[in-house]
Amino acid sequence: MKYKLLLYIAWNLLTARLRQSIIAGIGVTFGITMFITLMGFMTGLNGLLDGLILNRTPHIRLYNELEASDKQPIEQHPDYSNHLLMQRSIKPVDRGRGLYNGGAALEALKQDPRVLGVAPKTQSQVFYHVGTTDITGLVQGIDPAEEERLFHVSDYIVKGELESLKRVENGIILGYGIAEKMLADLGDMVQVSSATGEKATLKIVGLYQSGLAEVDNSQSYVSLATAQKLAGQGAGYFTDIQIKLHDLNRAPELSKEFASVYKAQAVDIQTANAQFDTGSSIRNLISYAVSITLLIVAGFGIYNILNMMIYEKMDSIAILKATGFSGRDVQWIFLLLSMIIGFSGGILGLGFGYALSSLIDVLPFETEALPTIKTYPVNFDPVYYFTGVSFALATTWVAGWFPAKKASKVDPVDIIRGK
Amino acid sequence: MSTSQLVLEAQDIRKTFHDPVTVEVLKGVSLEVKKGEFVSIIGKSGCGKSTLLYILSTMDTDYQGTLRLGGETTGSKNHAALAALRNAYIGFVFQFHYLLPEFSVLENVMLPGLKLARKSREELEHHAIERLQMLGIADQARKKASMLSGGQKQRVAIARALINDPLIVMGDEPTGNLDRKNSDLVFDIFRDLASERGQALLVVTHDMEFAAKTDRIIEMDDGRIIS
Repeated sequence: MKYKLLLYIAWNLLTARLRQSIIAGIGVTFGITMFITLMGFMTGLNGLLDGLILNRTPHIRLYNELEASDKQPIEQHPDYSNHLLMQRSIKPVDRGRGLYNGGAALEALKQDPRVLGVAPKTQSQVFYHVGTTDITGLVQGIDPAEEERLFHVSDYIVKGELESLKRVENGIILGYGIAEKMLADLGDMVQVSSATGEKATLKIVGLYQSGLAEVDNSQSYVSLATAQKLAGQGAGYFTDIQIKLHDLNRAPELSKEFASVYKAQAVDIQTANAQFDTGSSIRNLISYAVSITLLIVAGFGIYNILNMMIYEKMDSIAILKATGFSGRDVQWIFLLLSMIIGFSGGILGLGFGYALSSLIDVLPFETEALPTIKTYPVNFDPVYYFTGVSFALATTWVAGWFPAKKASKVDPVDIIRGK
Repeated sequence: MSTSQLVLEAQDIRKTFHDPVTVEVLKGVSLEVKKGEFVSIIGKSGCGKSTLLYILSTMDTDYQGTLRLGGETTGSKNHAALAALRNAYIGFVFQFHYLLPEFSVLENVMLPGLKLARKSREELEHHAIERLQMLGIADQARKKASMLSGGQKQRVAIARALINDPLIVMGDEPTGNLDRKNSDLVFDIFRDLASERGQALLVVTHDMEFAAKTDRIIEMDDGRIIS
């Protein structure tokens, strides 16, 4: 009830100085508009760039690499434990590139509560046969559903569909570069032979373009079964297990654990892409800095206008205090006045910010590197809209506080006797 | 008259200004105002009459002595409590009208009542219209305060002073800015308030003609009441 009256008085004071109030509000509107637009654009771009790495990279990758045995047989013999051993003759045995007991490891990882998802992969070195020449390349056998859920593969598929890998038994999604060299298109058949001598005739069900020429010129996707066949192995043969965690930050710790449990090599995303988030955080920092600067300028505008208003309204303040409004009431009136400017300016700013973001969102942005991106990426995360309004309110609160405090200290006797 | 009808009681009020040199402007002033009494304070300028009025009004708290308003001692109260006390007990009419130009006449009259919040908005509006009618300016109620003439504004200020049915109306040269005709009108309004409604009034003035027609004249000189 009390605040309703104070709000009513504030509103009347404000509407009586509508033009000044609107100018003060425009400052806030401008600040918030820029904040929303900048943040939306910057984080949209960040999301895109991070996505390039993050979406495609498993948090932990388990794989099996060909390695020389740690211990030569002779070292294990007790008779020679004190001897200088120089024998290096026993070469590593190729147990294949497959993970040890891959199927079981896969099932166990799926049950792990710390793991968001697991996608197995079977890689195989192949030759693509083109006329009389062969192109070397890599075929990746994937589980399309899991691969899509965890790594958004279909973002990079420029022709055809990922799901076709499930439907078409001998389907292949070819890298764009290879397809160009082979003059192949959807529906064509490709001859592929693997390093182990397995041959297959595969039907092109899609083309993909990752934006990295090296990858597009050599890689292609097939179903797990096709890849296992090419590798000459059975259904439990996986060369990689890609793991996504609930908490990305635990990757280094868990990668060690998984490596020892599943007897495989493991690499975590932090080690693999150490520098990836530095750019993002710096871009965010710049956006915040620019927006806060704009809002501070807007805050000074409000401060000035309120100060002026308080000088103009000395008589009104004096009589309000004489007739029973306390200093705190008067302070609230001017604080509310400032907050009304901040709130309406802020809300308008959100509107304009949204409009500007939407405009940027439809501007064409085409680049070879990002085939599925046609327009500028803009992030419409509501968090920034909440932050924007909070900023507007906080700025106007601070800007209003000092003039309002001054108004609350006006001594009515000084004003009334001074006449 | 019994003491219960005293609305204002001041005992040995003293006030000293220290800037730039120490000057005692009130040297022990005591006075009482009863219900229905129309009292004027006169004196040469600089005699301390306005200073006294602002102390009695509770707006000036820098003094020695005791002040009782409607039986309540004001000395121990903080600023917010004093503001509430003024709101309920005192109506003000100053030389200048001090109407809020952003608000209509009616809203100006209602503001202290809205602050007191003892009546609903509708009741207050009714009450305010009644006051304006009594003062002959009800037809101006919806106009902005800034549209009125000087005499009309002063009458609106009186209506505002009366909105909370105060114990006492205090005036600081309420006719100082008005011509003879309007001053007489304001005096007649005060006269009626005192005799018909039992309203206590305490008015500081240098208009001897005005003072002469009041119930009691308090004359001050050099910080003391001399008669």
